[in-house]
Amino acid sequence: MEVLISLAKVIFAFVIVLQLTLVLLWVERKGSALIQDRVGANRANLFGGLLPFNLGIVNTWMADPLKLFHKEDIVPADADRFLHWLAPWIAIFPLFVTFTVIPFGDVLIAGGYTINLQGADLNLGILYVLAMLSMAVYGVIVGGWASNSRYAFLGGVRGSAQMVSYEIAMGLSLVSVVLTFGTLDFQEIARAQGDLLFGVFPAWGFFYQPLALLIFFIAGMAESKRAPFDLPEAESELVAGFYTEYSGSKQSVFMMADFVEVAIVAGLVTTLFFGGWQVPWLYRDGFHFPGGFHVFVPSLLVTVLQVLSFLVKLFLFCWLQILIRWSLPRLRYDQLMDLGWKRLLPLSLANVAITAVFVLLFDGKTVW
Amino acid sequence: MLNPYVALLMSFALCALVATIMVCASWILGPKHPTKTKLEIFETGNPPLGSLRGMRFPVKFYLTAILFIVFDIEVVFMYPWAVIFRQLGWAGLAEMAVFVAVLTVGLAYVWRVGALEWE
Amino acid sequence: MTLFWILACVTIPAALTVILHRNPVYSALALVFTLFQVAIMFVALDAHLIAFLQIIIYAGAIVVLILFAIMLLSLEPEEPGDGRSSLRAAGWGAAALLGLELVAIAAVFPDTPAAEKPLPEGYGSVAKIAERLFTTHLLPFELTSVLLLVAVVGAVVMARRRTGP
Repeated sequence: MEVLISLAKVIFAFVIVLQLTLVLLWVERKGSALIQDRVGANRANLFGGLLPFNLGIVNTWMADPLKLFHKEDIVPADADRFLHWLAPWIAIFPLFVTFTVIPFGDVLIAGGYTINLQGADLNLGILYVLAMLSMAVYGVIVGGWASNSRYAFLGGVRGSAQMVSYEIAMGLSLVSVVLTFGTLDFQEIARAQGDLLFGVFPAWGFFYQPLALLIFFIAGMAESKRAPFDLPEAESELVAGFYTEYSGSKQSVFMMADFVEVAIVAGLVTTLFFGGWQVPWLYRDGFHFPGGFHVFVPSLLVTVLQVLSFLVKLFLFCWLQILIRWSLPRLRYDQLMDLGWKRLLPLSLANVAITAVFVLLFDGKTVW
Repeated sequence: MLNPYVALLMSFALCALVATIMVCASWILGPKHPTKTKLEIFETGNPPLGSLRGMRFPVKFYLTAILFIVFDIEVVFMYPWAVIFRQLGWAGLAEMAVFVAVLTVGLAYVWRVGALEWE
Repeated sequence: MTLFWILACVTIPAALTVILHRNPVYSALALVFTLFQVAIMFVALDAHLIAFLQIIIYAGAIVVLILFAIMLLSLEPEEPGDGRSSLRAAGWGAAALLGLELVAIAAVFPDTPAAEKPLPEGYGSVAKIAERLFTTHLLPFELTSVLLLVAVVGAVVMARRRTGP
């Protein structure tokens, strides 16, 4: 039974990622169309176009994957066949498994079981995420190298240097979060954010760590290799960068890896800085509004609300990243490296120092 | 309680399976009509300049990787420190300050000699 | 124990690939895989922190450097019989020494009863390791920073010499 529950949780977390990436693909198309005053994807539709509206969601949910999976798999003659196959696999596998440790709810109490709503409740969650994200860089290097093409190689080298540079800032910004909460466990961090500040505001992480949030978000976007940090695949310079020589499902896997990374960054921002599954003032036995006002909510409904809250927040931060992507121009490579090494790295070190002093002076929890 | 690493193992198996299916889908489902031009490397329409093997890239990137390792180790040391920081108190802050100060000298040196300048 | 044998069956061929494959990029990737397997072994031994550090530092950072070096020097796949014989002899010597060491350890500690003894409370936990690291082993920790500093400075000096003024 326990094994089945675990399996169900793992599958649930995985389905969130898979569905989210597909939805994001659609949101990106329609969203960019909205931003650029176009119509966007609107061709394929269900029921022969009998519906009065067409959001084009069928395009990205069914037609797109089907089309891409049926395209010819082209491997350049000079390429290394095995590595050419392996690169997209390495690019997506570590990202897929990362999402397993992000909690999507508190606990579900049903049938005598108290189920912790988290794919795998590791007590070293943050280190696990960093470990897996550090693996993703190989997809880029190997993809660029295996194609044996100049554009791909340049994209791969650029991409890997960019990813490792921003990994430092990302790791350091999380150190200050760990300092505040004193744990590496995502679920404990999410639970700690259920407290109230001044008895009114939910004590979400961004109150304690606004700077860390900013640094982490920028570094996370740089890790996902999307505009304004899309130098590894800059289409006006490098065709498509490290996946120039990819077609069909392999190419779509690389595309998907970017979206999974967007989802992971959104999930981490939600969990570490915006209370994860927390709904303001909602506890196991219902709402406790400031001022002593209490509304009873059944336990099961509380769990449902919390999972929904997590999904809504997750989606909001994905949307924010898409919005930024379509609003800002690409950085130059020297600007990119400057931002990573000369701005974010010293800034995040300073943030760790400030946090440490605050923790000692005020125990970190009562900063305000 | 089931060991969380068992759940992790299940996740690994599931993700590996799905990733493999996705990567192989085109090879299984797609058509296979290779032609000589199709298998050529795409260099924006120009005739390809030939193999890349033997091409080198700037030493800058190597330097970035070294810097990455050094600061990655620094970050990794900071995690256990952050976890028990409340217990260590001011002494802990001093210990880490010395450690970081030495590495900051490294960063300052690298910065100073211009190894962080890209063009 | 079963897990150990399964892992060993996967890890040893991967490790052999590292040294035997003719293409250096394959070797580097096989090294990543090997290190990953070793990390899983650490998890099986309840040394969770070490497992993740193994992946972050070795598999995630040092092999990136190795791959960069391979590409920087644009190493070609080796032809059989390549390589200097002195290096090769040194390699065999080191391997023999390591083998001797293993045999010696096995001789000194005839059986490994570690698995039977219950582990002390909090064994391998981050808090326990951190406690030891920042109290008993403080000096080595601080010296690490000096070592890292030397690495940075050395790398910069060598890179500058190669590119020239």
